[in-house]
Amino acid sequence: MAVSHIFGASVRRREDPRLISGQATYVDDVKLPGTVHAVFVRSPHAHARIRRIDVSKAQSAPGVLAVLTGQDLVGKVGNIPCAWLIPGADLKLPDHPPLARDVVRFVGDGVAVVVAETRDQAGDAALLVDVDYEVLGAIVDQEKATQAGAPQLHENVPSNIAFRWPLRGGDIQKAFQDAEVTVKQRLINQRLVPNAMETRGAIAQYHQANGDLTIWVTSQNPHIHRVLMSGVLGIPEHRLRVIAPEVGGGFGSKIHHYPEEAVVGFLAKMLLRPVKWSEDRRENYVATIHGRDHITDIEIAAKRDGTILGIRGQTYANLGAYLSTASPGIPTILHGLMLTGCYKIPAIDYVVYGVLTNTTPVDAYRGAGRPEATYIIERMVDLLAAELKMDPVEIRRKNFIGADEFPYTVASGITYDSGNYSAALDKALSMIDYTEFRAEQARARQQGRYLGIGFSTYVEICGLGPSQVAGAVGFQGGLWESSIVRVHPTGKVVLYSGSSPHGQGEETTFAQIIAEELGVPIEDVDVVHGDTNAIPMGWGTYGSRTTAVGGSSAVLAARKVKEKARRIAAHMLEAAVEDILFDQGKFHVRGVPERSKTIQEVALAAHLAWSLPKDMEPALEASAFFDPSNFVYPFGTHICTVEVDPQTGQVKLLRYVAVDDCGPVINPKIVDGQVHGGVVQGVAQALWEAAVYDANGQLLTGSLMDYALPKASDVPAIETSRTETPSPVNPLGLKGIGETGTIASTPAVVNAVIDALSPLGVRHIDMPLWPEKIWRVMAEKGV
Amino acid sequence: MSQISVRVNDKGYQSDVEPRLLLVYYLRDVLGLTGTHIGCDTSQCGACTVIVDGKAVKSCTMFAVQANGASITTVEGLAKDGSLHPVQEGFWEEHGLQCGFCTPGMLMTALQILERNPNPSEAEIRHGLEGNLCRCTGYQNIVKAIQYAAKKMQEIKA
Repeated sequence: MAVSHIFGASVRRREDPRLISGQATYVDDVKLPGTVHAVFVRSPHAHARIRRIDVSKAQSAPGVLAVLTGQDLVGKVGNIPCAWLIPGADLKLPDHPPLARDVVRFVGDGVAVVVAETRDQAGDAALLVDVDYEVLGAIVDQEKATQAGAPQLHENVPSNIAFRWPLRGGDIQKAFQDAEVTVKQRLINQRLVPNAMETRGAIAQYHQANGDLTIWVTSQNPHIHRVLMSGVLGIPEHRLRVIAPEVGGGFGSKIHHYPEEAVVGFLAKMLLRPVKWSEDRRENYVATIHGRDHITDIEIAAKRDGTILGIRGQTYANLGAYLSTASPGIPTILHGLMLTGCYKIPAIDYVVYGVLTNTTPVDAYRGAGRPEATYIIERMVDLLAAELKMDPVEIRRKNFIGADEFPYTVASGITYDSGNYSAALDKALSMIDYTEFRAEQARARQQGRYLGIGFSTYVEICGLGPSQVAGAVGFQGGLWESSIVRVHPTGKVVLYSGSSPHGQGEETTFAQIIAEELGVPIEDVDVVHGDTNAIPMGWGTYGSRTTAVGGSSAVLAARKVKEKARRIAAHMLEAAVEDILFDQGKFHVRGVPERSKTIQEVALAAHLAWSLPKDMEPALEASAFFDPSNFVYPFGTHICTVEVDPQTGQVKLLRYVAVDDCGPVINPKIVDGQVHGGVVQGVAQALWEAAVYDANGQLLTGSLMDYALPKASDVPAIETSRTETPSPVNPLGLKGIGETGTIASTPAVVNAVIDALSPLGVRHIDMPLWPEKIWRVMAEKGV
Repeated sequence: MSQISVRVNDKGYQSDVEPRLLLVYYLRDVLGLTGTHIGCDTSQCGACTVIVDGKAVKSCTMFAVQANGASITTVEGLAKDGSLHPVQEGFWEEHGLQCGFCTPGMLMTALQILERNPNPSEAEIRHGLEGNLCRCTGYQNIVKAIQYAAKKMQEIKA
């Protein structure tokens, strides 16, 4: 590596100038001449049969070009596919028509679409679409949905059970036979609404002459959108261009292929006009996926000395009304396999029921299955510690997988790549000054104040992932990434990345990787992404995979370029290739540093091609496809301290310490930013956020007025630090950092609140820890 | 249709608008100033915040006709003669944005916070940001960005 070391520097982000000056182009900013606007008519009922739809008034409203119902789309727009077909789970695949045909199954299910010259005209006309519904019984609770007599959503999904996914590893019977203590708990991981600040949207344009359809869409993975839409719309893949321009946050909610995107594409072809749809926030609350929503009963077995022997239980995962793109894989593969966390737990017996209900579909939301797993194991370890009257730190340490035991295969069968859990814990303990806090807590208790400290020693699975494993677990795609590094004649470099960053800053960090590798100024590197006509095939940005997988393909492409350049330099310098050394952008002859050629000189020679080594092709570019040999497993320790106000039940966050290990850090400022945002999202689940349905399936928290998104004044500054344990599974040792904050933080906060209330004998309170709930518990305990 | 005349980023405009047209749609769709974003429909998120006659206003909460005669600054009007405003500089230097969608509104609110209180405490900044939501940053670097801008603006004054 070059001495300048742009890799590891907190350089300012290269995407920012356009974002801070109002010059960025998000989907809704794309304005094409002749654009018409689509507005969807959505079901106000959670479950109803459509008796009749009268579109005549809407059709004759001013400016209206078309009004289509689900029946009108039959044979024209295919069903919306589910693309994660988990094996061994008896998975049922209910039909998901782009617009409901006979039955609506959740509030927000699309029943018709209106296209008009202006958005207001389309909105006005949508109100005139008259739908006659026969209201059916609705079910929102995933446990009750499986019981006899519950309303059935789909004919081919008996008892509303879309799958039953069993997981067994080790000898669970022996674990519970040998147990000296067992602890059992029901844990609710409530439903959340992702709330990316940019809602979804799409604008499609059809080019009749050659049959090309271009669609700008709020997507985390334009190539996945392309391949799915190609099937849904029947447009050949090479005639479909998907562009994810600036994307205003996703958090998982923009992975999926949604009905509106397909319908807009179809309408553009039908009307021969560009068609745009922009989601309202209130629409976003019902029409964009939700996250989490697990009901778990779990039991842990241990020795009196705190050695954990096994864990068993079951989870009812609410999947909503249809199977969204990735939904079966989230509460299973990305959840169950991580249930033993960072501990040596030899036996597991777990079953996940994926249940359909009359609610918005549930799919990947930041962390996607791992926050739920971490919440379970980190809460259970605390409950066990309380039962054994052990210190929560001591019990964790006792069960950690040791730093010298990697790669380590856990009971679920997956193999963690690398780790040093004690190192991260030690660092976090010293930052929070654990001994002093316990002393302060004891003093506070004397004064009738409730201070608490909560730990989360987490590990997560990301950097998705080896394609072979993707296939084995039923993911209907590959999980490699790709890069093209093109050096122009003047030595300027463009990286075309198959990854699709949308706020995570890879235009900067990938440029840092390239600049470091090729020894060129970062200003000379541009990163292109997001347009299927410009970039090589890639599987997109989710599962904290962009840097670990996409970044790896970038460095491999740069290394190929460098190798070719070295051969050209040898030719130019009339030296043997093995005698050519590379340092800070210069090739020189070993022992003769003054005989050198810069990479820019080599780039020019490569393009002029007047004199190249025999049989060498001109120009200087390379592509690389990287398919990792394993996932990566970032880890760390998060510690939170709180004070609970007995008068109000209000939880005040005192301090929050996050020590994370994502391997070598490309840009510390960007990594800190990922942690800050992730932690606040996870804290918000612990304390505030919840998507609440009433028994009839009406979303009571259907707007930003009713759903408690954290504000600046709600959260403290997060204290971040890191340890560095490289991963052996990619060339730079990188691990993901995009989701660790959300994965780690939720149990840290809940553990802290329960610790604060432990003198009252409180064992557990379900999230979100709203003041009212805590106040009631404290009142019951006589406070 | 009603006729309005406004000044936006020091440029005069006269337009015929529907009475129900919200200011944010006027800015985005009529004037083509798409830097101002729409993040919600209940005036919670603040992505659409602009400065109207010196006051930070959520432009989704105001009709275009109400802006008749007003002078408006949007994110596009912050930089002068090619150099960034200190609040823009602060957001860039302190990594005060990730996806960038809330950023234009945050910048305008930051401007208002600093105009009212050139040397705000961290708590005052956090309080001042209550009308603006960000899902990416956890607000930490937005606070730092505004602190950076406060310092920079005081240096410029001094």
